[in-house]
Amino acid sequence: MSLFIDVEVDASARSNADLVKKLVEVCPVNIFAASSGKLDIVDAHLDECTLCELCLNAAPPGSVKVKRLYGTKDVLVRQS
Amino acid sequence: MSILITKDTTFIIQGITGREAVNMSRECLDYGSKIVGGVTPGRGGRDVYGIPVYDTVRQITAKTHVDGAVVAVPPAFTRDAVFEALEGGVKLIVIVTERIPRYEVAQMVELAKMRGARIIGPNCLGILSPGEAKMGGLGGRAVDAKKAFSKGYVGVMSRSGGMTTEMCNTLTAAGIGQSTAVSIGGDAIIGSTYADLMPLFEADQETKAIVIYCEPGGRMEAELAKYVVEQKSRLPIIAFMAGRFMDEMPGMRFGHAGTIVEGKADTTAEKIARLEAAGISIAERIEDIPGLVKKRLGMDGK
Amino acid sequence: MRFYEFESKRLFGKYGIPLPKGSKVAATPAEAKVVAAEINGPVVLKSQVLSGGRMKAGGVLFADNPDQAAEAAKKILALEINGHKPRGVLVEARAPIAQEYYVGVTWDGVARMPVMIFSDMGGIDIEEVAEKHPGHISKRHFSTLMPFSDFMAKELVAGVGLSGDHLNRLSRLAASLARIFQAHGLTLAEINPLARLDDGTFFCLDGHVDMEDDARDTQKGILKDLGIDPEEKRQARPPTSFEIKGAQVDAADPRGVAGNVVEFDGDLGLVIGAGGGSLTLFDAIRKHGGKPANYCEIGGNPSVSKTCELTKLILSKPGVKKIAVMMNVVSNTRVDIVARGVIKGVIESGQKPSEKIAIFRIPGSWEQEGFKILEHYGVEYCDRTVSMFEAAGRAVAKMKA
Ligand code: SF4
Repeated sequence: MSLFIDVEVDASARSNADLVKKLVEVCPVNIFAASSGKLDIVDAHLDECTLCELCLNAAPPGSVKVKRLYGTKDVLVRQS
Repeated sequence: MSILITKDTTFIIQGITGREAVNMSRECLDYGSKIVGGVTPGRGGRDVYGIPVYDTVRQITAKTHVDGAVVAVPPAFTRDAVFEALEGGVKLIVIVTERIPRYEVAQMVELAKMRGARIIGPNCLGILSPGEAKMGGLGGRAVDAKKAFSKGYVGVMSRSGGMTTEMCNTLTAAGIGQSTAVSIGGDAIIGSTYADLMPLFEADQETKAIVIYCEPGGRMEAELAKYVVEQKSRLPIIAFMAGRFMDEMPGMRFGHAGTIVEGKADTTAEKIARLEAAGISIAERIEDIPGLVKKRLGMDGK
Repeated sequence: MRFYEFESKRLFGKYGIPLPKGSKVAATPAEAKVVAAEINGPVVLKSQVLSGGRMKAGGVLFADNPDQAAEAAKKILALEINGHKPRGVLVEARAPIAQEYYVGVTWDGVARMPVMIFSDMGGIDIEEVAEKHPGHISKRHFSTLMPFSDFMAKELVAGVGLSGDHLNRLSRLAASLARIFQAHGLTLAEINPLARLDDGTFFCLDGHVDMEDDARDTQKGILKDLGIDPEEKRQARPPTSFEIKGAQVDAADPRGVAGNVVEFDGDLGLVIGAGGGSLTLFDAIRKHGGKPANYCEIGGNPSVSKTCELTKLILSKPGVKKIAVMMNVVSNTRVDIVARGVIKGVIESGQKPSEKIAIFRIPGSWEQEGFKILEHYGVEYCDRTVSMFEAAGRAVAKMKA
C-alpha cells in the first residue's frame, strides 16, 4: 500500500491500448505498466510520484487523477 | 556589477539533452540567462526549450559570439568536451560533471591556461550573479534562486554548491545582497581557487566584502591567506569552516573528493589559524556571517 | 585507494625499478621460511598493513636464518596494528646501505600540476626535511599535456647538487616513477627510502602508492595484475557491517545519493546532506553536545525508496533513539520526496514519525508540498528562517528531554 499517492484511471482509459502505451511512456517513475494492452498500476512505485502531471496531460481530461493522501484535498486532474 | 557573468553573457550547454541538463537549461532561461545553443553529438537540429541543439561547438561559434560553456556530459567524455570548447575559443567554462580523474582535470586546466581561458569546477554548481544571470544549476529553479539570492555587495565563493545557496540565503535574509556567487567545486584539483578569483572581485567596484565556505583538505585556504597578505587586498573576508570533527579522524574521507585530512596542514585548526593570521574573520556559525560582514565594513553602528 | 607495500613494489617492479632481493609476500610462517631459504642470507620481515607506525608497533623484524624468519613471521601475522590485521608478511633480503634518498610524485593542488620531489635525505618524513633542511630537497612540476621527458627528472635530481653516475641512475628511477604516476591515475607514488648500496646500485626499500578512486574504472587491468579486487574499498579503518549495508542501500538504486554512511556510537541517527551540509551539520550536532549514531550524505534528489531504506537502516542500529533529518537549502533535491522517504522508513520500521523524527530541517525546492506531508504526520519541521545550527540544537535538546 502506498502512503502518499494514489492514482486513479477510469475504466475506458484503462483498456485503451494507445493511451496505456502513452502512460507507460511518460511516467518518469514507472507507475504505469501494461499487461496485454490493459493498464496496471504498480503499487510499489506510487510513492515515487513526482507530481509532474505528465500522465494527466497525456490522457483525456478527467480520466487520470493523482491524489495526495496527506491531508491535501485538491486532486491533480487535467481541467480541459 | 558582478564578476564572470552578467545578463549579457552568452553561453552554450554541452550535453544539453541529458536529463539534468534539460532541467538546468529551463532554470537558467527562467532566470534570464542568454543560452545561445546546446551541443549533443548526433542530436543536431533538435531543440530544448527553444534552444537550438548542434553537433559541434564550432557550429555555434561560427554563427554567434559565445562567452561561455557549461559542460554537463558524463565523466568519460568531459575532457573531450572541454577541449572542444577551449579550441573553439570559449573563454569561460563551467564543469558540472563530477568524478573526473584528476589527471584529466589537470590537462583541462593546463590547456585553459594556454588559451587564456578560465575553468570553474569540476564538481560544481556554477555561477550566479543575482538579478543578472546564472550559469549552471546553482540556486535551482528561478523561483527558488530568487528567494535565496539577492543583488548586492558581497562576493561569495564556496567549495560546496549546497552551502553556497545556504550562505547566500542567510545573507539575503539579513538584507545583504551578493555581487556574484561562485560554486568553485569540491575536488582536489579545480579550475579556479579562491585566490584565482580574488583579483576579479578586487576589480569589481561594487564588491565590498567576501564570504567563503571552507573544508578540510588541500592548500586552497593557505593560498588565499598568502594572496591576501601579499596583495594587500582591499576586501575584508569572512570564512566559514565546516568539517571540524574531521581533525580527529585522519585518513577518513567525508564530503567531497578533496576533503580529507592527510597531514597537519589539512586540518581545520591549522587552516583557521592561517586564515586568522591573514586577517580573515572566522564565522563559527553560518548565522554569524551577516553580523561579521557588517562589522568588518563598519556598518554595525559602533 | 592505498596500496599495500607489496602491491606498490609489484607495480614498481613492472616498470623496472629494482627491489630488494627475494621480495615476496608470505601468508604463513611456513611460506616465510621458504622465502627466507631462497634468499639464503639475512632477511627483514615486514607486516603488510595500511596503517602507519608499523616499526614502532613491532611489525618489522629481522632474521638471520629461515627458522628465525618463521618465528618472526608468526609474531607479525598475529599482530594487529591500529585495528588493522596484516595482509601477510613481506620477506626481503637485508643488505648494508650506504645512503638513503627520497623520491616521490604527487599532486600540487595550487599549481594544479603533478610535482616530483627528491631528497638526498631519505627514510625520514619529507615534510620535516622540507622544513629543516630546505637545501636537501628539490621539486619539479611537469606538464600533463606534454609527454614526460627524461630531462625533467634529471633537473629534479640535479636540484640538490648531485652529479656523476648517481645523478644518471637516480634520474632514471625518478623518471620511471613519474611515468607510473601518469599511467595509473595515482595521487601518490613514493619511494622512501630509496637505498644505495656500497656497490653503487639503487633499490626501493619501501614504497607507497595511492590510486585515485575515480581512476579505478580505467585501471582494472593493472589492479587485476596486482591481485586487487576492483570492488575493494580501503578506508582508514575497515568498514563496519552497518557501513557495508549503507553502501548497499546506495548502490541498489541509481536515483540520487545516500552515500558515505559512517558509523559512530551515539544515539541520534542522522539523515543529512549534502556534502558540505553534512560536514556543517555534523559539527553543529557535536557542538551542542549531541552524540551522532552515524554520518551520511544524501543528495542529488534520492528516490523515496532510497531514503526510506537508509532511514530503516539507521533506525535498526542498536541504541538509536531518534533521527534528525537536515540539509542546507536545497535546489535539486526535493523536500517533499525526502519527507516521504523518511516518514515511510519510520513507519515501515514500526515506529511513529512524530516520535522518532526529532527535527526535519530541509528548506528549498518543493518545500510547501513537503511541509504539508510533515504536518499531516505531526513531525516537527522548520523552514529556512531556522539555521542549520539551531535545528541541530533542537534535535539534541529533544534527545536530552
Ligand atoms: S504525475 Fe508524473 S510521476 Fe505521478 S503518476 Fe503521473 S506521470 Fe507518473
